[in-house]
Amino acid sequence: MHVVTIASMTPDTEAAVSVDASGNVQWGDKLVVNPWDEYAITEAVLLKEAHSGQVTVMAVGAEAQAEALKHGLAIGCDQAIRVWDPALVGADSLAYARAAAAAIRKLGDADLVIFGKEMSDSASDQHVFQTARKLGWTMIGFVAKIEAIDFAARTIRVRRMTDQGSEVVSGRLPAVISVLKDINEPKYPTFIGIRKAAKAEIPVWSLADLGLSAAAVAPRTAISGHRELPRREGSAEIIEGASAQEQAAKLVARLLEEKIL
Amino acid sequence: MSATIFVWIEQHDGQPVSASWEALGVARSLAAGGAVTALVFGDGAQTGAVAQAAFERGADAVIQAGDASLARYRFEPYVALLAALVQQRTPDVVLAAATVAGRELLAGAAADLDAPLLADVTELALDGGVLRAVRPVLGGNVLRAEVVVGDGPQFAALRPRAFPVPEPQAGRSGEVIAVAPALAPDAIPTQIERVETSGGQVSLTDASIVVAGGRGAGGAEGFAPLRALADVLGAALGASRAAVDAGWIAYEHQVGQTGKVVSPDLYIAVGISGAIQHQAGMRTAKVIVAINKDPDAPIFKLARFGIVGDLFEVVPALTEAFRQRLA
Ligand SMILES: Cc1cc2nc3c(=O)[nH]c(=O)nc-3n(C[C@H](O)[C@H](O)[C@H](O)COP(=O)(O)OP(=O)(O)OC[C@H]3O[C@@H](n4cnc5c(N)ncnc54)[C@H](O)[C@@H]3O)c2cc1C
Ligand SMILES: Nc1ncnc2c1ncn2[C@@H]1O[C@H](COP(=O)(O)O)[C@@H](O)[C@H]1O
Repeated sequence: MHVVTIASMTPDTEAAVSVDASGNVQWGDKLVVNPWDEYAITEAVLLKEAHSGQVTVMAVGAEAQAEALKHGLAIGCDQAIRVWDPALVGADSLAYARAAAAAIRKLGDADLVIFGKEMSDSASDQHVFQTARKLGWTMIGFVAKIEAIDFAARTIRVRRMTDQGSEVVSGRLPAVISVLKDINEPKYPTFIGIRKAAKAEIPVWSLADLGLSAAAVAPRTAISGHRELPRREGSAEIIEGASAQEQAAKLVARLLEEKIL
Repeated sequence: MSATIFVWIEQHDGQPVSASWEALGVARSLAAGGAVTALVFGDGAQTGAVAQAAFERGADAVIQAGDASLARYRFEPYVALLAALVQQRTPDVVLAAATVAGRELLAGAAADLDAPLLADVTELALDGGVLRAVRPVLGGNVLRAEVVVGDGPQFAALRPRAFPVPEPQAGRSGEVIAVAPALAPDAIPTQIERVETSGGQVSLTDASIVVAGGRGAGGAEGFAPLRALADVLGAALGASRAAVDAGWIAYEHQVGQTGKVVSPDLYIAVGISGAIQHQAGMRTAKVIVAINKDPDAPIFKLARFGIVGDLFEVVPALTEAFRQRLA
């Protein structure tokens, strides 16, 4: 078995974000491993422990992304690969998906690709599905549990969450899945893992290494600016009262008065 | 400049998803006189009534694919069919609601066609034939403006409950175009073996009222008064991550950065402090009511109305008060 997991760094959700005069976002520069990807990396390592084989952690992105790869190595991935090329500056999801798909194909023997549900900063959710299409592989999104996987018979059965509830879906390998928080308890790096990861040399594959031209990753969408969210005004109207019953009655009256109900 | 627009109408067991009507409403205004075509996929029995409803909500024509292989949404057959229809008929714009299925479907079809996709948008305009959108990023703290580059069909997925639902106009109708699936059954790489719907429960993303509980509920049994309140209001039940991680309620109820994003008209946060990651999932609610025993809880900064008190007293009283006033 060869499982690939795709990881990235995102701004720390605790960081204060603001928008400057020219529409660029500023945040405290601390990046963290995308929280969703912690589940994806952990699931890949759990599969390796259960089935024995190889796990590759991959990122498409500039130098700062290497941190996510080190995290992957530290919790048990066998190798890390970073895909980057100056032509990817300004890339959109589709361009990232093309690069990711080409890199996965170059590995030659991958059976399963595991993504986190989304990047917690952009939350666009599209790149996973687009990578699957560019590979031409089975796609199953929003997976809460891998119920069975048979690398020899080339089948997978998962439980996935939908807006209406859940579905048990079986499919053929190779496949791409995206995983939710339900799937596992993220592993934490061990001391030995961190030392090993610190020493690892992470190869960088360029577009030329992937046989892609710059034109093949030309973006189809562009960011034209940012603005801050309109602030919610002030503090709440606190409903006072001598008893919970009185407070409740007043609140309901206010909600009806303001036509909220 | 008028535009031709395709809108995918999502349906489950013959029930259209109301966010699809929002998309149809947006299509109507972007089309500026051009034709709006609703796409309805399902098995033969489901599609007819949904097609009729689509006309009443503003479609000029319906492309209908009724086949057993399309009975339930699945990624591959739906993506292949949408991509084929867009390629053959070259609409200017393709829209759908950014639900679980809508996000997957548009991303897949846009990839097949190397077309641009604006995801999870909360504002959308067609400007000189080019789509421009705004959407929340970074945990909902910042709005990002995005624009399409180049020509050809362009895709946008609209965040549910960000746009108005058009009123139905009885008696509207139009042309129904029947099409066949793009994939033969044995070319579909997945099978749905079992479906479990959260029977009778209101879906969080569609809900106009959400009652959500947090660590303050104190245990699984602490959610019982919240359920009673939700039932009286016809509301969906939400939860903070603290409550989910403690095992008091299933993950599918989690609201927030690593849960669901909701935009109800009314969000009642009970025993939830209002951490930034929780806010990421609910700050677009129109009105927020907070019930918390700590007057300094951050949730009161976001809320329009607040009650400082013990939820085990306030919530049952509130349930009773709503029951009397709404009866
Ligand atoms: C990467 C990351 C992602 C995250 N994603 C999410 C997410 O998706 N959703 C999410 O919710 N959180 C998320 N969190 C967690 C978040 O930071 C908070 O820890 C969590 O939201 C706290 O939940 P809470 O408000 O229920 O608990 P607390 O912060 O403990 O608040 C409990 C509140 O209940 C009140 N209370 C207690 N007893 C009573 C009572 N009897 N009556 C009335 N009030 C009472 C208290 O005053 C307090 O304000 C995430 C964190 C990280 C780091
Ligand atoms: N530049 C990138 N490099 C590697 N993975 C990425 C990159 N961008 C997004 N991802 C991954 O793609 C998934 C979904 O991203 P998105 O479509 O942006 O929400 C997450 O698992 C991300 O970690």
